[in-house]
Amino acid sequence: MNASGPRSTTDEAPGFFDHPGRIKAIVYGVYITSALLFFADLAYHKHAYTPFEGWFGFHAWFGFIACVALVLAAKAMRRMVMRREDYYEPAEPETELDDAA
Amino acid sequence: MLPDINPGLILLVGGLLVPLVRGALRHVWLLGLPALALAVLIDLPHGVSGQVTIMGQTLETLRVDSLSFVFSLIFLIAALLMAVYALHLRDTMQHVAGMVYAGAAVAACLAGDLLTLFIYWELTAVASVFLIWARRTERAYRVGMRYLLIQVASGLLLLAGAAVQAHETGSLSFDHIGLDAPGGWLIFLAFGIKCAFPLLHNWLQDAYPEATVTGTVVLSAFTTKLAVYALARGYAGTEHLIWIGALMTAFPIFYAVIENDLRRVLAYSLNNQLGFMVVGIGIGTELALNGTAAHAFCHILYKALLFMSMGAVLLRVGTVNGSELGGLYKSMPWTTLFCVIGAASISAFPLFSGFVSKSMIISAAAKQAELWWVVAVLLFASAGVFHHSGIKIPYFAFFAHDSGKRCREAPMNMLIAMAIAAALCIGIGVYPAPLYALLPFAVDYAPYTLTHVMTQLQLLMFSALAFTVMMRTGIYPPELRSINLDSDWLYRRAAPALTASVAAFFLQLQAFARRGVNQAWRQLDTQVLSQARPGGRLVTSWRSGTLVWWATAVLGLIVLGGLLR
Repeated sequence: MNASGPRSTTDEAPGFFDHPGRIKAIVYGVYITSALLFFADLAYHKHAYTPFEGWFGFHAWFGFIACVALVLAAKAMRRMVMRREDYYEPAEPETELDDAA
Repeated sequence: MLPDINPGLILLVGGLLVPLVRGALRHVWLLGLPALALAVLIDLPHGVSGQVTIMGQTLETLRVDSLSFVFSLIFLIAALLMAVYALHLRDTMQHVAGMVYAGAAVAACLAGDLLTLFIYWELTAVASVFLIWARRTERAYRVGMRYLLIQVASGLLLLAGAAVQAHETGSLSFDHIGLDAPGGWLIFLAFGIKCAFPLLHNWLQDAYPEATVTGTVVLSAFTTKLAVYALARGYAGTEHLIWIGALMTAFPIFYAVIENDLRRVLAYSLNNQLGFMVVGIGIGTELALNGTAAHAFCHILYKALLFMSMGAVLLRVGTVNGSELGGLYKSMPWTTLFCVIGAASISAFPLFSGFVSKSMIISAAAKQAELWWVVAVLLFASAGVFHHSGIKIPYFAFFAHDSGKRCREAPMNMLIAMAIAAALCIGIGVYPAPLYALLPFAVDYAPYTLTHVMTQLQLLMFSALAFTVMMRTGIYPPELRSINLDSDWLYRRAAPALTASVAAFFLQLQAFARRGVNQAWRQLDTQVLSQARPGGRLVTSWRSGTLVWWATAVLGLIVLGGLLR
């Protein structure tokens, strides 16, 4: 790798997200926004075409369950389909990708 | 006044001339070609022209109507963006391949008959494989071969279907075909391979992530959307497509969750996005077809943007494995920003382009009561898209734990290309009217209703909530250095293994047969032929008495036989 390649530095200023407090704020932000959106269903009349779309907070809990189910199923799938990186062919030495002029 | 020529040919011929142009002039040439083609396309009168008669068949090489126009337009915009993105490259081969590939795709879109379509269809395959081979590794060579074989097979099916149609109906014209038409299934299968239908899909995830930094971006735009266009023209309203499309939206996202190579994650999500378009074609109403065209338009932009951002990471860091990245927002703040915009667009956040196009397809499904299950699948897929493309891609590349990798920001030309794509994503999302005006049918659709916005925000926010909870509790599967078996296992492992075992079976059979023959020969030799050798019973000197006895016995038998007759 040339000088522009990855190098590790220790004396740099901490990044924006290195602050634990900021991560916490983002996480709580997600919780609060979710709660607000869930109960927003009380505040307006939904125009639903399919019957289930009219159920209270449908898109919220459907989205949540869908994602948890997706991840758990994918995790289980790993046991069946995951293989070592050299399963099909041996790993090749890294090629020089920095083809910039 | 611009000449009425095929804009695809401008890129095709101009692309082949790239090696003759050098230095700064080459930059002008590379940017000027798609810009000129774009201007020519916009200036073209709608209608059919460029007729050529070969062997009694009239070919329509240039057909401009509302459907072919919108696809050609976005193809040329993409070609221009990619020219900017690849401008720093010195590799002439990639410039030529990219330009010829884009030109062939545009010309295929504008083809009015199946034979012209076939020619450009195959040309896209042949030109694009060089974007994979340009990696110039053994592995890329093999991947390219697999890709090319499948693409050419699709073309041959198309040619066979066209031949059947021409034989039965006497016409090669490319209009609505349908499955019941002569050759209908053949052509359907040809389109289906290029559109990455389930089980015909894996060439995409196999090949795209193995192309060069810029090659993957170029590949992502054309081949599959050309197939979407062809399906929209030939098979609108074919019910099978609803099932196929729904399956396409759902199954790739499971792979996307566990895939480590982030460009391969994007390839899986590309497959999922195609599913939405295919569902729209299957529903076949004006709203659904408009949705498909609009979604293809938006999708090309945000998908290219996402691939561009991952390409920039690959260029600068040398890997796009999620397991090795993280914390890159410190080194590549602009790339991070553009990637997040692409992620918001593909996730269909309100005010981003995906929202105004995807909601058309879901609404079109929801308007037909019997398609409620499609709506459920599409909502599941929408949540899943946000999960793996919207969150996973930017999170593992730019945030997550700091990998300690530090690098330069992407080259300026790449940043400019990403900035333009990002601006278009936001522009279309905020003000969709110009896009709607381009669609094949008159648009009577309002994406920004209170219900749409609120329900979409609920869906997305709770997907984000699920991700947050699973990250915090450690349920979320970590990125691991690994590969996952997909349907390519069938032809990369199962078929060779099967061939090998069948071959081994026949070899064994042959050995067995040879042993049997040998043994039989030996037995014959020891029991019969040896009797004829010196010392054997057949060559001993018999006594005359025995001989006379045998001769009498034989004679007696003959006489007896004669008497009994």
